[in-house]
Amino acid sequence: MERISFRKDLLNKKLGRRAFILGASQLVLVGFLIRRMRELQLQESEKYQLLAEENRIDIRILPPMRGIIFDGDGRPLAKNRENYRLRIIKEKAKDPRAVLKNVSSLILLRDERKADILSEIERKKPYIPVTVIENISWKDFIRVTVNLPSLPGIVPEVVFKRFYLEDNFLAHVIGYVGSISQSDLKTISTVDPILQIPDFQIGKVGVEKGLDSLLRGKVGLIRHEVNASGRVIRKLNEDPSSSGKDIHLTINTLLQEFAMYRIEEFSASVVVIDLETGGILCLASSPSFDPNQFVEGMSQKDWDSLRNSENQPLANRAISGNYPPGSTFKMLVAIAGIEAGLIDPEELINCSGFYEISDRKFHCWKALGHGDKNLVEGIQESCDVYFYTLALRVGIDRITETAKKFGIGMAVPLPLPGVSKGLLPSKSWLKTNYKKQWVKGHTLNSGIGQGFLLSTPLQIAVMIARLATGLEVKPQLVKAIDGKPVKNQNKRMIGIKKTTFSIIQKAMFNVVNEKTGTAYKSRVVDKSKILAGKTGTSQIRKISEEERLTGIKKNEELPRAQRDHALFAGYAPFINPKYAISVVVEHGGGGSKVAAPIARDVLLFALSGAIPALNAYPIDQRNEVRLTLDKIREKSALKKTKRG
Amino acid sequence: MHWPLVILVLVIGTFGFIMLYSVAEGDFEKWARPQIERFVIGFVFMIIIGLIHIDFWRVCSPFVYFFGIFLLIFVLFFGDYGGGARRWLEFGSFRFQPSEIIKVGLVMFLAIYYDWLQPAKVSKIFWVCIPATIILLPTALVIPQPDLGTGTLIAITGLTIMFVAGVHYLYFLGGLLLLPGLLGLIFYSRGTSWQLVTDYQFGRIDTFLNPTHDPLGEGYQITQSKIALGSGGLEGKGFMQGSQSQLDFLPQKHTDFIFTTIAEEFGFFGGVGLLLMYSVIIIFCIVSATTNKNKFGSLLTIGLTTVFFTYFFINIAAVTGMVPVTGVPLPLISYGGSAMLVVLGTFGLIQSAHIHRLLKRD
Repeated sequence: MERISFRKDLLNKKLGRRAFILGASQLVLVGFLIRRMRELQLQESEKYQLLAEENRIDIRILPPMRGIIFDGDGRPLAKNRENYRLRIIKEKAKDPRAVLKNVSSLILLRDERKADILSEIERKKPYIPVTVIENISWKDFIRVTVNLPSLPGIVPEVVFKRFYLEDNFLAHVIGYVGSISQSDLKTISTVDPILQIPDFQIGKVGVEKGLDSLLRGKVGLIRHEVNASGRVIRKLNEDPSSSGKDIHLTINTLLQEFAMYRIEEFSASVVVIDLETGGILCLASSPSFDPNQFVEGMSQKDWDSLRNSENQPLANRAISGNYPPGSTFKMLVAIAGIEAGLIDPEELINCSGFYEISDRKFHCWKALGHGDKNLVEGIQESCDVYFYTLALRVGIDRITETAKKFGIGMAVPLPLPGVSKGLLPSKSWLKTNYKKQWVKGHTLNSGIGQGFLLSTPLQIAVMIARLATGLEVKPQLVKAIDGKPVKNQNKRMIGIKKTTFSIIQKAMFNVVNEKTGTAYKSRVVDKSKILAGKTGTSQIRKISEEERLTGIKKNEELPRAQRDHALFAGYAPFINPKYAISVVVEHGGGGSKVAAPIARDVLLFALSGAIPALNAYPIDQRNEVRLTLDKIREKSALKKTKRG
Repeated sequence: MHWPLVILVLVIGTFGFIMLYSVAEGDFEKWARPQIERFVIGFVFMIIIGLIHIDFWRVCSPFVYFFGIFLLIFVLFFGDYGGGARRWLEFGSFRFQPSEIIKVGLVMFLAIYYDWLQPAKVSKIFWVCIPATIILLPTALVIPQPDLGTGTLIAITGLTIMFVAGVHYLYFLGGLLLLPGLLGLIFYSRGTSWQLVTDYQFGRIDTFLNPTHDPLGEGYQITQSKIALGSGGLEGKGFMQGSQSQLDFLPQKHTDFIFTTIAEEFGFFGGVGLLLMYSVIIIFCIVSATTNKNKFGSLLTIGLTTVFFTYFFINIAAVTGMVPVTGVPLPLISYGGSAMLVVLGTFGLIQSAHIHRLLKRD
């Protein structure tokens, strides 16, 4: 009944049709919504689930604590110190200028520093934190932290920063850490997630670099559930970091400090080796630098002056300085001769002041000649002509062979970057590198430790250690890793007759303790601390025949760069030796005059464990020595009071 | 009384309370309780309106329309800012948008217009221009608030009634042809002195066209919303288990973006289930309108159904990234007082039309 009346109404029919079209199209549109939801929720669901997880979970890397470096007596040398710092993130700060202004109302922040920060912010991406200030006091840190709501974008952080307690006294040995550079990444082969931590510090120089993989430790991860504003809701799991291994070095800090003071005014190096363990007690190189400057960050000016300084304070002379060993090499020539049976130690060789070969004169340092000398006297008085004669008789091959046994020209496996091998020339070496034939003149030069021959102060110390003991002493710098002692190197006998060593050791005793010995002035009178050794003066320039006629210029008359290097290699006590030493003073002049006294002072310090007593010195030198030692005592006391 | 419709409204409203409880992370007092209180008031309001005679509403129609126009003019000068636009009116603690009133007023006024107009004149140009003016007036007042979305919705609602009332197809076809030209003109005006819509509105359009371009800015909402929906999958993460909403990644999670939480926690099933309930409401109303002998009541029902449809369609299309975000709430579910009252009020009017559907007027 109702339906019939509806049909009659034409208009209503039209309305009904159009209403139906409307309703149907609305349902079609709902269909589109459902299709869209199917797309998002069913087809792309996996992708969005992943994104939701990423939203929800914040993975933070926990940097490990770097291992601590100690000296041989357990004194800390490199530690991690808390550094309270503030950083700013532009993205969150919105208006960094206003935020910095608020910060400066709480703590001291210079206007120029503010300008620096703002320009740095401009340069970097908006989400990268920029350091506002470092090393602020706990009080300031708290003051900023409680005011954080009014300081959007400011991130207060506590980070650990490397700190070197012995500043410039052990700079070359310990080195320093710094941020990873592009060139570092090229040399690091293993992929360690730790390296992705922003401004993570790795070892750059010294033990910090050499043992970086041990010191670095293992990175930890912490997974947090976070909300949209980054606030942590709960901890999901934590994989803690494990701190790096603690390293005990063999270094004796007190000895090192004394040696550094003793060579302070020179470009020089001192190496002391413990003959019992092979442990390096002192590895001093002067001038030095303060590694803390590198950690704190230094100005371009400071960096330039360090890098471009004529004295090269950044170079570790003790391990990378290449010097002709000079007369300190003569013992090895003598050993080669005796062992080969080519020289009777008692045989006398005449020195007239020079040795002539194919119309060329090879001079002795003593222009008037030494006269007839046997082997012990040849070493004792360091007669060059004796060793020219001997070297020619023995030949370069035997000399090279013997030198290798004593470590000359050999690599020294220490955990330090930049350890040099020196240079031990041989016939084949000359041929491959210079396309030249080895001639007798080359052998003569090698016989007195000159010519192509180069060695590091460390190698000279190793050589003298082996000469003093007859054992294959192998130097080591690491005493223990995480408390576990590093095994002593096997000390094998060097394949050389004991009687040969006795002759050489007697000669080295005479050098210091006989009136005609080149280092007689540096003798020790305390019978329990007798010093033995050998001086060396390595010549840098060529002396012309003309100059020889008019009189050779003294070192004092020459410009510094032309002066001879002064060397001394020795050990003490003569009976049951404990320590071996090598001292090299660049352009220091004569070894006997400059290097030997330093070696004596340092060895006496090592033997007595303190600044040596004056009664070990010859009576006539005590006043002079007292002046030197008092100066060091004063400086050392001043340093102690400075550090509180 | 159309009881199935009443029950459906109750079911959807209850579902809303549950969702508000969930997005408040289990806090009943925060949003669920005030929402229930408003719903109860609105529900009583709906029953009362439904029981009042349709002829009373017929008489009221022009007044509602002009009252709405008055409020729109008033809000342009004295309204409060909210969400970057001047569209709110405040009376004590009661805030509402006059554009909600005008949607209802427009439908009522057009319904009475076509009820009055002789059917033969419907497609005459003069008699087309009059309703066009009735539609354009509120549209032109809403757009400068600025509220491009609501302006468009008002226009669409009005045009729908004209369409159902039987205005000739060619008018709509003509309008459709003019639209691309108008859109072109709007975009062409960008950056000139006579720019037709504001920078804010252009920003919204830009965000819609490329939401990932600025993930932490304007597009952040829509990106996070899509993540919530997508990660919900088929069955959802479970009640109160949606990480996106529980961890505050979703902005406006209790108002305009509440659908994302529904779809995150109850998945595709939950979202489509709600859409089907809305669709059933549409079907109920259209059926009621076509069986209505009273032309005013019929057109009123169709118009108000369209208003309801545009609410949920635009809301869900926006959170799924199909259309720009315009700030339209999800009807019966989103937290908010004035929208809830208006929606329940329209259901009251639909009920009134349904109850008096057999009354034919001459």
